[in-house]
Amino acid sequence: MSAASRTPPRVVLVDDHGLFRAGVRAEIGRKVDVIGEAEDVAPAIEIIERLNPDVVLLDVHLPGGGGQAVIAAVKTEHPDVRFLALSASDAPEDVIAVIRAGARGYVTKTISTDELADAILRVADGDAVFSHRLAGFVLDAFAAEPSPQDVKPSFDPELDQLTSREREVLRLIAQGYTYKEIARELYISVKTVETHVSSVLRKLQLSSRHQLTRWAAERRLT
Amino acid sequence: MRWRNRGPLRRDEEDRLLGGVAAGIAEWIGFSPTMVRVIIVVVALLTQGPMVPLYFVGWLLIPPKTGGSSIASRARHDSVGIALAVGLGSVLCVLLLLIGVLNNGLVAAWGWPQVVSVGCLVLIWRNASDTEQAALRHLVEPLESLGVGGNRMRRGTMVRLIAAVALLIGGVSWILSSHQKITLIGPLVGGTVLVICGVVLLLGPWWLRIARDLMVERQARARAEERADMAAQIHDSVLQTLALIQWRASDPQQVVQLARAQERELRSWLFEGRAPGEAVAASFAEGVRQIQRDVEARHGVPVEIVTVGDCPLDDDLAALLASAREATVNAAKWSGASVISLYAEVEPEQVAVAVRDRGKGFDPDAVPDDRKGLAESIHGRMSRHGGSAAVTSAPGEGTKVALTMPRTAASAQSAGGSQR
Repeated sequence: MSAASRTPPRVVLVDDHGLFRAGVRAEIGRKVDVIGEAEDVAPAIEIIERLNPDVVLLDVHLPGGGGQAVIAAVKTEHPDVRFLALSASDAPEDVIAVIRAGARGYVTKTISTDELADAILRVADGDAVFSHRLAGFVLDAFAAEPSPQDVKPSFDPELDQLTSREREVLRLIAQGYTYKEIARELYISVKTVETHVSSVLRKLQLSSRHQLTRWAAERRLT
Repeated sequence: MRWRNRGPLRRDEEDRLLGGVAAGIAEWIGFSPTMVRVIIVVVALLTQGPMVPLYFVGWLLIPPKTGGSSIASRARHDSVGIALAVGLGSVLCVLLLLIGVLNNGLVAAWGWPQVVSVGCLVLIWRNASDTEQAALRHLVEPLESLGVGGNRMRRGTMVRLIAAVALLIGGVSWILSSHQKITLIGPLVGGTVLVICGVVLLLGPWWLRIARDLMVERQARARAEERADMAAQIHDSVLQTLALIQWRASDPQQVVQLARAQERELRSWLFEGRAPGEAVAASFAEGVRQIQRDVEARHGVPVEIVTVGDCPLDDDLAALLASAREATVNAAKWSGASVISLYAEVEPEQVAVAVRDRGKGFDPDAVPDDRKGLAESIHGRMSRHGGSAAVTSAPGEGTKVALTMPRTAASAQSAGGSQR
């Protein structure tokens, strides 16, 4: 990645824990340009519309509607703002909801500082970021063959299936491989790995599979 | 049939009926031994004779699997045996010539190749390895009871042999009598029945013995497998705990805690038939989470798990879990990695587990054979249950243990239901 050679992305932090925001700002401040913070849905929307940042680091669990409310509110007006979801809980239904609302990726709060900075840069570049947990969710949600009544008449049936290559990439992500390691393992370029992940993200956001909703709903019960 | 890296052609002494030639060939070409045996017998019947000496020549020339040279290489120096073989062979030749004068049909066709068989047999008998000779003696014991054994037993064998020979002679001559009058179907059927009765009477005890031996052998193998499973189990739980206790000897409270946990586990295994660590898991994913909990609690290394899909546990999957646990514990103990990744995916045909760390790594070729953990607990256990294990590691690059277990029809079906 040519992270060093370009201007750092402008980032807004949205998290209801002030301590966490301060910690993140201190740790990643050298690699990215943190231009604002918010602790709630309404102020977050306001600050994003005012500052128009490159990336919003967004907590999934926010008082006043959750992360997806923020995305939904600013998406149409500011399509260039990219969201990276962040969560401590790993509850699949929340994660899927934020991704389907439009986030470009999802990482857990246990992520290391360097990895978080990397992920922000990646999202700023328009790529998708999958944590190992999210990769597992996606594999799980897309696991079974969809039955006919499961799929609404879709304008693009390819959206409802992962290709075997995408599956392979997801499996390795789920095992904690970095993109570089995946590229080496599968004999493809890092760029190709990024393409696969972006395509999975697109499918995740646009698929009309009932499976996804139901899968998430089932997980909520347990 | 699984593809395997086949070695050179060797006689398989473990799985033999006679010399282990068929079993050896079966392993070599990847067929089932029974199939090869049937083919040999059918070919022998069709070709009328030549197959039989061919078998003995194979017995003579193919070295046994357990090592050592072929019988032929030893027989070369056995001048007495060679003389005996030539002598017996020529006696048989004379006999066959005489029979040929009387009757030129079946007997001659089957008989001539057996000149070679007799020679080979003599050499095998005299030069086979000790274990093989013991087995051969065991094989002919029903006959030998003529010489040894109790009085009554001897008389029984005598009567049996005489009756068998009488039946055989009667049957064969009855069949041969039909040569002149083919239209008479009676003698043919009756004669065949007599011959079969004779053969059964003559060879019955052998068959019984062979069947019994096979059963005993199978039981022994099952026992050995059970033992290996048990050893792996004890290694996983008791030995691991003992190692931990040694490490934490300075912390009495923790030692007590470890010992108590181990005691509970051992009790539940011995008296309630539950494998250690799998005490309550009902499903595969739950078992994986249990591994995470246990390893984190005992070794203090975070385990990141990702499970895809789920299915009920069966014996094979329990073995897979036990292997995964072992691999995770190994990673926690030896790799020095700050986090271990444990990935489990339930697919329609198989269940795959990958345990990965970014720790020290090691050279898999440099692990001595007596380090039981990897070799026995993981590889052995997986292959005993029909699965496979692959360990990739290099010094400085971490370790990855990939385990796969094919799913049985039952568990695949029920998972299809739960996944919808």
